Amino acid sequence: MAEFAADSILVLLDVTPGGALASSSAGLLGAAAQVGTPVALIVAGADAHASLSSDAATLGAATVLTADLGGADTALTVPVVDALASAYDLVHPDAVLISNSIEGRDVAGRLAARRSFALAVDAVGVGRDDDGVLAQHSVYGGAFNAASAPTFGPLVATVRQGAVDARAESVASPVVEPLTVTGSAAPAAQITSFTAEVATSSRPELRGAAKVVSGGRGLGSAEKFVLVEELADALGAAVGASRAAVDAGYVPYSHQVGQTGVSVAPQLYVALGISGAIQHKAGMQTAKTIVAINKDGDAPIFEIADYGIVGDVFQVVPQLIAALAAKKA
Amino acid sequence: MKIVVLVKEVPDTYGDRKLSLETGLADRSASERVLDEIGERALEVALSYADATPGTEVQVVSMAAEESAATIRKGLAMGAASALQVVDPALAGADLGVTARVLAAAVTRAGFDLVITGNLSTDGSGGVLPAMLAEHLGVPQATALSAVTITESGVSGTRATDAGTAQVSAALPAVISITEALPDARFPNFKGIMAAKKKPFETVSLEDLGVDVAPASAPQSILTQVSEKPPRGAGITIVDEGDAGEKLAAYLIENRLA
Ligand SMILES: Cc1cc2nc3c(=O)[nH]c(=O)nc-3n(C[C@H](O)[C@H](O)[C@H](O)COP(=O)(O)OP(=O)(O)OC[C@H]3O[C@@H](n4cnc5c(N)ncnc54)[C@H](O)[C@@H]3O)c2cc1C
Ligand SMILES: Nc1ncnc2c1ncn2[C@@H]1O[C@H](COP(=O)(O)O)[C@@H](O)[C@H]1O
Repeated sequence: MAEFAADSILVLLDVTPGGALASSSAGLLGAAAQVGTPVALIVAGADAHASLSSDAATLGAATVLTADLGGADTALTVPVVDALASAYDLVHPDAVLISNSIEGRDVAGRLAARRSFALAVDAVGVGRDDDGVLAQHSVYGGAFNAASAPTFGPLVATVRQGAVDARAESVASPVVEPLTVTGSAAPAAQITSFTAEVATSSRPELRGAAKVVSGGRGLGSAEKFVLVEELADALGAAVGASRAAVDAGYVPYSHQVGQTGVSVAPQLYVALGISGAIQHKAGMQTAKTIVAINKDGDAPIFEIADYGIVGDVFQVVPQLIAALAAKKA
Repeated sequence: MKIVVLVKEVPDTYGDRKLSLETGLADRSASERVLDEIGERALEVALSYADATPGTEVQVVSMAAEESAATIRKGLAMGAASALQVVDPALAGADLGVTARVLAAAVTRAGFDLVITGNLSTDGSGGVLPAMLAEHLGVPQATALSAVTITESGVSGTRATDAGTAQVSAALPAVISITEALPDARFPNFKGIMAAKKKPFETVSLEDLGVDVAPASAPQSILTQVSEKPPRGAGITIVDEGDAGEKLAAYLIENRLA
């Protein structure tokens, strides 16, 4: 049986429906390696264990615990919590890190409630002091920085996707060990059908993207929203949107940037036809460089823009795309 | 059928929100307090089922400071039959663990077949509470539903995550959380506001609920550090004179952003 380092950090890695490690994995293991020895838990069908374990080791897992699905394909949350609780009992880590995804938050919530662990959500980083591992937070859209720690016991934290840039060194020969899971018999909701999200484009993912081009109600229609996608492609950027654009059906909710959508902190954020409501700013105001194009010179987005253009997106953006293409040629 | 809707009072996001640099807690005086929009949507799900299904009782439950009662009363004005508020000075700065234990006790006291919450509150944005609550209550949870169907014996709906879209279902009793994809809530009308004054509004303390939140009773998450970031200043703004696209291209290239 594997020995576990005294400074072990247990990391739950999400597995995509396609059977690969979720894109959040590298950041989670990167964060874990900053404060201790990463031990990964993978819950997946047995035939995927070998390849997922080696991928986890490449991303920095010193030890990989593998658990069978245990019903995780037909029941929500509970089978994964049972596996994570069993892994906790085996490893006795200083902290448990989980992706701040919808599934991850549910797992973290149930685990913390079941075991009376202190819980920190949406951490943008982790640190360690004399008392143990602490979570770093960016509060109210980045207006405040804060850190939190448990009064005693381990830290359970969900980590914002795309927020951690640190990467762990890859581990050449990881210890891989099957985990024995003790079921809890807690009742779970059933998954009656599932349609996987098909990656429809080669565009970068919004979370963690280096560049984001977002469109708002000013684009006017789903057809005309294509302009946002064209500029995104010209810049190699991800596509974002305001809630008004999502509500109007120009793009799916997964593109929403803001307080109740995705929080991004890219090198470049371009806001097209977005007024800059406080709830939108909450999701993007920590971007390094903000560019805004809006025909209303009084739009609040200009208060935080590094480069603002008072103009019509349908005039300015096609000219911008042409100029970028010309410079490239 | 008894449906409990969890509603929360939050700082109005249209105003400036502040954290006290001394305590790390939300500075209540810095902004207006309102009923969280997502909680109103959760209440709308319950009320529209109740409208169509005689014999349905809807109760709003909240853990909040005493002066929040007026905000919670809006839930009664919208159409909930009664309200239960947990008020206790010991709850100032409660972490997620304490909040979940208290709300689980409150919901148990209220009695429920279905608990409906928002998926994310606009101030806490924890999004973990529904799952914590379900674990404490020993019932299934179906979170982040963008469509909901309630029947006498179960609840089902659509759950969109990064990975894909699932149809999920659970037998009652259960906890669900809903997303802002669901319809806007109704406005309270004059009749509702008048009626709300006569509806039962119970206020309970931690002692009434038998919940111990003493620091030694369970680990809690505490803020160890808070700092305010300097506000972001504006850069330059130009008015398009027919060449703004070209100017922007030059700016992006010069700053190695294109
Ligand atoms: C609880 C809560 C949570 C919320 N969460 C979010 C969130 O997560 N994300 C979010 O974005 N919003 C959120 N909102 C909504 C937010 O308050 C705003 O309503 C929304 O951001 C407005 O989107 P918009 O800027 O696209 O639309 P509008 O405010 O209508 O602005 C459209 C802009 O386009 C400009 N325009 C029009 N035509 C053109 C043109 N041809 N060229 C250039 N400019 C043009 C107009 O001048 C205008 O400024 C939330 C609200 C609440 C209450
Ligand atoms: N203090 C509270 N009182 C009542 N309901 C709450 C409270 N805190 C959270 N909730 C409920 O839990 C949901 C998710 O909140 P959160 O976990 O803070 O994002 C909210 O939309 C509410 O329905």
